[in-house]
Amino acid sequence: MQEMDYILQTRGLSVYYDTKKVVTDVNLDVARNRITAIIGPSGCGKSTLLRCFNRMNDLIPTARVEGQVLFDGRDLYGPDIDPTEIRYLIGMVFQRPNPFPKSIYDNVAFGPRINGFKGDMEEVVERSLRRAALWDEVKDRLKASALALSGGQQQRLCIARALAVEPSVILMDEPCSALDPIATLAIEELMRELSEDYSIIIVTHNMQQAARVSNYTAFLMVEESRVGFLVEFGESRRIFTNPVDERTEAYITGRFG
Amino acid sequence: MAVISRSDFERVRGRRRWMGRAFHALCLLSVAIALGMLAVLLVYLLVQGVTRIDWSFLTSFPSRHPEQAGIKAAIVGSVYVVIIAGVVAFTLGVASALYLEEYAARSKFARIAKINIANLAGVPSIVYGILGLEIFVRTMGLGKSVLAGGFTLGLLVLPIIIVAASEAIRAVPPSLREGAYALGATRWQVVWNMVIPQAFPGIMTGVILAVSRAMGETAPLIAMGALTFVPFTPTSPLSRFTVLPIQIFNWTSRPQQGFQEAAAAGIIVLLVILLFMNAGAVILRSRFQNKWEG
Amino acid sequence: MARNVLSPPLGKGSKAKWRKMLPERAIAVFLFLCSFLSILTTVGIVAVLLFEAISFFTEVSFLEFITGTRWTPLFSSKQFGVLALVAGTTLTAVLAMMVALPLGLLSAIYLSEYAPSRVRNTVKPILEILAGIPTVVYGYFALLFVTPLLRGISEDISVFNALSAAIVMGLMILPMVSSLSEDAMRAVPRTLREGAYALGSTKLEVSTLVVVPAALSGIVSAFILAVSRAIGETMIVTIAAGQNPNFTLNPFVPIETMTAYIVQVSMGDTPAGSIEFKTIFAVALLLFAITLVMNLLSQYVVSRFREEYE
Repeated sequence: MQEMDYILQTRGLSVYYDTKKVVTDVNLDVARNRITAIIGPSGCGKSTLLRCFNRMNDLIPTARVEGQVLFDGRDLYGPDIDPTEIRYLIGMVFQRPNPFPKSIYDNVAFGPRINGFKGDMEEVVERSLRRAALWDEVKDRLKASALALSGGQQQRLCIARALAVEPSVILMDEPCSALDPIATLAIEELMRELSEDYSIIIVTHNMQQAARVSNYTAFLMVEESRVGFLVEFGESRRIFTNPVDERTEAYITGRFG
Repeated sequence: MAVISRSDFERVRGRRRWMGRAFHALCLLSVAIALGMLAVLLVYLLVQGVTRIDWSFLTSFPSRHPEQAGIKAAIVGSVYVVIIAGVVAFTLGVASALYLEEYAARSKFARIAKINIANLAGVPSIVYGILGLEIFVRTMGLGKSVLAGGFTLGLLVLPIIIVAASEAIRAVPPSLREGAYALGATRWQVVWNMVIPQAFPGIMTGVILAVSRAMGETAPLIAMGALTFVPFTPTSPLSRFTVLPIQIFNWTSRPQQGFQEAAAAGIIVLLVILLFMNAGAVILRSRFQNKWEG
Repeated sequence: MARNVLSPPLGKGSKAKWRKMLPERAIAVFLFLCSFLSILTTVGIVAVLLFEAISFFTEVSFLEFITGTRWTPLFSSKQFGVLALVAGTTLTAVLAMMVALPLGLLSAIYLSEYAPSRVRNTVKPILEILAGIPTVVYGYFALLFVTPLLRGISEDISVFNALSAAIVMGLMILPMVSSLSEDAMRAVPRTLREGAYALGSTKLEVSTLVVVPAALSGIVSAFILAVSRAIGETMIVTIAAGQNPNFTLNPFVPIETMTAYIVQVSMGDTPAGSIEFKTIFAVALLLFAITLVMNLLSQYVVSRFREEYE
């Protein structure tokens, strides 16, 4: 493998809820401006791992993280780090579209507004909606409630909302699991376009999706101990055609999970 | 790449942090004020009244002399009125809830009845007093009696029991009912053998809430015409009466320090009774929960 | 599944079946009558108030009642301007809300957004004790503790005044505001909060820009209910605010609310059937109408503006 430019790296990362370990000893290197997929059976801790990258786990009072997450070489869990700044720099899109019960415009403007944006808000809103391939559908009704949009449109709005503050990484937690196949296709296409400028990590239960969109794939699984761990990580092409670990092969060929 | 300049972000972040802390402190302060006022209220009452409570206070009739005044008539009156109110509201409330949830659920009648009950719960209590005066005291000729007072408060707390009983009945799993129906049980057999036992703790919690409310009500009984000075205990349901809150009100309104102390003492007795009733509700609920879950 | 209990039993009407069905139907009829009684209560309230109030308005002009500002039915020169009582009620209710609204809302935000679950589970029931304390106790507290305190601050405050009653009334309705608002906030889906946190929001921003707006219908309806409760509150204002129907918004002087007036007449020796006595029905009708409108409004706000999530 050649020398790579990594934006996020984990070193011996473990996550606990109370005293129970749910993810153990993950070492992962996320390449800049690429799409990295995290796959695995349900309960393997994919989402928990993803939520370590923007410190969303901090919001669960009992959650605790061990090990390191390096963001451009800086430890995300270091003592001088402000989690709200991390979440400003690293955007997130959720399993189910979760637009705020506000207008389309206010949804997109939310991030820039709270984080001290001083320039032309209308321009930011338009650019973000264009990037999320939603502009043409909503440009005439920016003041309409976001809740009036279809599920696929809502999810693209949530992507636009995340893009509006220009994060360097976008985390996506099964972003298509609540969408129909056509809306899913639109989001996947969008992800490929976005990966030119952004580093994307996507958690998905859908292996075809991981194979279609991602450059790299991490396979997590869980055994009797109920603790998720990383089995194999590498280029998606290789993982899906020629996995090293037989458990990965069993999973991608559909023999379990 | 960032759309927000670093300096803008930093500057705003300082303000956001500061405001966040201030807001957190403000929220905490609000809770502290509320809890603090409660504490001041309770401590003030104790300081004012606790030395006044003794056996003769509990067993004496009211008097012109503050140091001789007691709450015997008021306590007995309260107990009678509240028992009548409780029995009336329990019977009517549980029956209504059963009808609305088990017999006529989703009917137009049930919908109207529920809106009506929600509104009845918001009617000022003194209006119930006027209703009691016109219907029970005058039209039905019960006079300003224990019975009329009990009926008035029974109607007042009826919505509380209906709402609590309805919730408890709705929480009974449909599978239980279906199982019994499948065995050929009639509707009432299902209600009596399955629904009521399951819903019982919820219903009893509602009853205790309702009875506590009735125990503390003053205004409706005054409007209905309960007496404020009663040197006797009621001998029949048609006797005239007073209740503890009215006695407290009467003493509070007097200028003499001695009566105000008696009022504080009466309040302590009233609050202790309410405390025991609510503790009873908590114990009842937990015992039933253990019985089913354990 | 709609089963009509009053429909005839299936099959032929054998005697055995009748024996089984008759008690069933009797019970159903009994239960129906009980539930009908609550509707009858409403009808009874409206009928009683209307009947006596109409009789009152044959002697007193409705216009004078609703626009007059002097209320002296118990004096020899009688005037029936209910606005004097309405002003007292409004003044105490508004002041009480100025206490209950900020404290209640901030407490609700604290309990819903900030407090660890252990703290919430302790604090919430304690706050709800406030709602269970009989109002006569608050009246005692207002007159004998808060009023002397206020009079210590300013000599201009009378023994009976709206301010003291309103502060204590605010304390009484605070748990109603905080409990109902907190319920509404906790019903806001967690995913909305996460969406805001993921954009770098602080807790303050999540609470005030996302949670409160999303729960607004529930919060507004709680406020309306609380106002309605304050308007109908009787004992605190009777004990601490006075019996002087002043048409004023000065919180330092004695006033009289609609409810306190009803108590005043009930406790006096006004003969039933006299015009003085009938005033309480007219006042009670107005009180009933105002609180009914507020309760309906509160229900309307909840049902009309509830955000449908997912």
